[in-house]
Amino acid sequence: MAASNETMLKKPHVGKKRKPPTRYWEGTEKDGKNDGKKQKEGDNNEQTPQQNKTRTKEGGKRGGAGGKRGGAGGKRGGKLGKRAGGKRGGAGEKVISGKSDPFPGSALVPEEKLKKFKRGVKGELPPRPQYNLRDVVIRSEAASDLAQKQNARYDLMLPEDAGFLEGDKDEDTCTISQDDIADAVDITAGAKYFSLTLSQFGPYRLDYSKTGRHLLLGGRRGHVTCLDWQSKQLMCEMNVMETVNDVKWLHSEALFAVAQKKWLYIYDNKGIELHCIRKFNDVLRMQFLPYHFLLATASATGFLQYLDVSVGKEVVAICTKAGRLDVMAHNPHNGIIHLGHSNGTVTLWTPNQREPLVKMLCHQGGVRSVAVDKTGTYMVTSGMDKKLKVYDIRSYRPLQSYFLPAGASCLSLSQRGLLSAATGDIVQVYRDVWSTPVTKPYMAHRAKGSVWGVHFCPFEDVLGVGHGEGFTSMVVPGAGEPNFDGLDANPYRSAKQRQEWEVKALLEKIQPELIGLDPSQLSQVDHSTWEQRHEDRVQVLGFDPLAKEKFTPRLKTKGRSSSGKVEKRKKQVAHEDQRDVIRQTVEDRMKIDKERKEREKKEAAAAGQKSALDRFRK
Amino acid sequence: MKVKVLSRNPDDYVRETKLDIQRVPRNYDPSLHPFEVPREYTRALNATKLERVFAKPFLTSLDGHRDGVNCMAKHPKSLSTMLSGSCDGELKVWNLTKRECVRTLQAHEGFVRGVVVRFCGTSFFTVGDDKTIKQWKMETPSYGEEEEPLNTILGKSVFTSIDHHQKEGVFVTCGQQVDIWDEQRSNPIRSFSWGVDSFNCVRFNPVETELLASCASDRSIVLYDMREATPLKKVIMNMRSNTLCWNPMEAYNFTCSNEDYNLYTFDMRYLDKPVTVHMDHVSAVLDVDYSPTGKEFVSASFDKTIRIFPKDSGHSREVYHTKRMQHVISIKWSSDSKYILSASDEMNIRLWKANAAEKLGLLTPREKAAVNYSQKLKEKFQHHPQIRRISRHRHLPKSIYSQSKELRVMNEARRRKERNVRKHSKPGSMPVVTEKEKHVVTVVK
Repeated sequence: MAASNETMLKKPHVGKKRKPPTRYWEGTEKDGKNDGKKQKEGDNNEQTPQQNKTRTKEGGKRGGAGGKRGGAGGKRGGKLGKRAGGKRGGAGEKVISGKSDPFPGSALVPEEKLKKFKRGVKGELPPRPQYNLRDVVIRSEAASDLAQKQNARYDLMLPEDAGFLEGDKDEDTCTISQDDIADAVDITAGAKYFSLTLSQFGPYRLDYSKTGRHLLLGGRRGHVTCLDWQSKQLMCEMNVMETVNDVKWLHSEALFAVAQKKWLYIYDNKGIELHCIRKFNDVLRMQFLPYHFLLATASATGFLQYLDVSVGKEVVAICTKAGRLDVMAHNPHNGIIHLGHSNGTVTLWTPNQREPLVKMLCHQGGVRSVAVDKTGTYMVTSGMDKKLKVYDIRSYRPLQSYFLPAGASCLSLSQRGLLSAATGDIVQVYRDVWSTPVTKPYMAHRAKGSVWGVHFCPFEDVLGVGHGEGFTSMVVPGAGEPNFDGLDANPYRSAKQRQEWEVKALLEKIQPELIGLDPSQLSQVDHSTWEQRHEDRVQVLGFDPLAKEKFTPRLKTKGRSSSGKVEKRKKQVAHEDQRDVIRQTVEDRMKIDKERKEREKKEAAAAGQKSALDRFRK
Repeated sequence: MKVKVLSRNPDDYVRETKLDIQRVPRNYDPSLHPFEVPREYTRALNATKLERVFAKPFLTSLDGHRDGVNCMAKHPKSLSTMLSGSCDGELKVWNLTKRECVRTLQAHEGFVRGVVVRFCGTSFFTVGDDKTIKQWKMETPSYGEEEEPLNTILGKSVFTSIDHHQKEGVFVTCGQQVDIWDEQRSNPIRSFSWGVDSFNCVRFNPVETELLASCASDRSIVLYDMREATPLKKVIMNMRSNTLCWNPMEAYNFTCSNEDYNLYTFDMRYLDKPVTVHMDHVSAVLDVDYSPTGKEFVSASFDKTIRIFPKDSGHSREVYHTKRMQHVISIKWSSDSKYILSASDEMNIRLWKANAAEKLGLLTPREKAAVNYSQKLKEKFQHHPQIRRISRHRHLPKSIYSQSKELRVMNEARRRKERNVRKHSKPGSMPVVTEKEKHVVTVVK
């Protein structure tokens, strides 16, 4: 019914078409100029494909003809020579043909690539006497170095480059309309800009599956549909005849959860109701933690509940005591749930603690939306005070604060760090909001109705917008991660591969107890504090070896227990354990004093003595 | 306007025909793989649990002896051949792959005390309670031929143990004294005794082939050099050592099994205290054998269990027992380092895996990679309490469990008493004696 209503929008929404669009592969003669411009722009060229750049750099280095790298040539040459001496003999070593290898040794890996794969910091080696441990540490560090290098090498060979959008001279990218982009790009990419007119049951919430292949739409008035959005193949469509608050895919595209008026329901992709979970009532927002198989729900009654979808058990129900919870996000880096409240605070939750881990006052009005980036570094919030703020959630510091005239109702962050903010019926996409203050949006688009949900599609340059009149799929170049990992989330996987992945993923399901602020803490050495160790010791021994019994003087008769006498007796045993030490230090000090005095005396005597030559002094 | 939008060609990511394998493009970017450590931890936990699930070390039991099995010998050239001598003087040759006895012969009257295969593998020597040393051919006699020793030497006293030189035609026996024999002669070329009435075990060093060590019943371990006329030195311990075994990779080190429930690894240069004391048995340790890698050894005990110790660890990593296995008299670690053979009182020889959870047979490369990976993960997370608890858990028979608990209580009481005595005596009059020093009485040179 609804999905077949797909139409290509022909009218441009924002800005007018000025020039016929140029293809990026055209105008090669202008490339040099553009490159120069790029460098001038400095920070704004985040979207230029980084791999391309590094690849050309690499080529220059290896060819030895890279004019740009000429200055560094000497240093690098020296390094190479050293390495070659160690491994393959000198650079000038002749082979049978009479020529020498101009690039001896293995190829160098660029530093920034290496940095990307760095894990942790190298510690100090244990001292020499612990030679066994030292050996183990050295060997494992060598192995991890090798792995890092190989990963970086592999990274240079990844097949796809990220998308980008650049305007001509004095052309803002935000004035470029979706139609222009759709015209300019190839036909399959252009087909990703489409709109579904579903005016009857809107406004719509949406969710993309983890691989980005499948789209789930939930209309406020009960319309739920899921489809393979690239082939536009409808998987199921139904009306649940109830208010739908939120929809969410579970771990694969076979199951999804719908938060309906009263209860939480689980459906399969044929639209068959599998479970009605009555323990979860009045759910407003949901988040799914894919590696934990946890569905976190926030309800109108102020409860944050976790459902383990692999076993179907409720893990924990936390009463947040913060009223209606309709703002929710999860940190993909550590699995912590962020809740936004009407008093302007954002709270961080784990299933292991009944109190919030962190409470941040972010806005002066209520919080309208929260989003957390993929690396778990930045949090973006928008509030009723029409501000958009960026926080560093490792140190809980505000980084940037923007004022949006209409305020943003929905936020979403893409895999490559693009931020989409919906204000009324306009969706704006910002680039690089955390490092430099942004003045203009990267892209903008006016939807037909007021926006109800935005979501970037993983591994695609697509932003899905659910609004009052249906659903629009926008093309946002540079949003998606170009190279997916086939073993983690493969958009092209077959049914068999999906089944296999499901088994593997279930086997390595992370227990909810392991959710914490720092997910890598598990691999760090647990330096127990002195108190901790002492407590353990007390528990093992059954008594406290360091505890001192308080001296209580025995009661004596005949006036010998007068308070003065008791005090005197107490003094006799006071500091008994330290007396030796005190005596020793006093003795030492006296000895030093004595020596000093003697020395002074001697010096004074030496000074007082008159020599025969003193008579010649003035 | 310059624009590029991600547009993948599905042909690059999907296999062409059903006959191909699936394409799996990888991207190792850490940000695409969140929860790295918790996931690895979960994998390690699963691997540890599976290891315990698959830990089925018992392979087979070889029965056929009609009395307790007293000694065993490995074949130096053939992995599948093994010899065992029993208390009724019978000797059996076993084929381990077929798990059957291939030859039986009545070697001695009374016990077969020791058996050893010559380094070339063509013949073997036995000693018995009938004061004889016999040399036998390894080949089964052909039809009609009688089972006869190649050579018989009549000694003056009972021989208790025999061992053969690694390269030359020289062997050593012990009984009332340690005798070194040339295979060609009927009299010993050298005899050692050092005020000792009897010896119970003698072993050649497999690396420094001229060196010997023997355990004597006066609680001493005596070291010899075959080229010298007198013994090198001896160490006297608190209790008697039953057997000893040289480390095949570290020429200086040997481990002896003691009557006081412990095993001691000594460095032969510094005999005044052992390098390591290996505790865990709850009764006298009767035999010990090193793995050919020299990293681990296995011990057999009177408490009806077998334990595997890493050579530098004070406690065992593994304990094997079955309901029917009685006092284990003799133990051998196979030359491919994969199996353990135990001979016990109730006439059976048992074959065990050295690594309880190991899969036998050929492994596909993927299986091998998976095994290596999970091994590494287990190693990485071995100190986490949950993983440690699971990997250390072993079921023990009730008697052994209660005995070890009792021993622990006794030791603790002794330690407490010593501490109290020290506390209430003049400082310095009660020196602290370490566990290693406690068991050595003296070293004589």
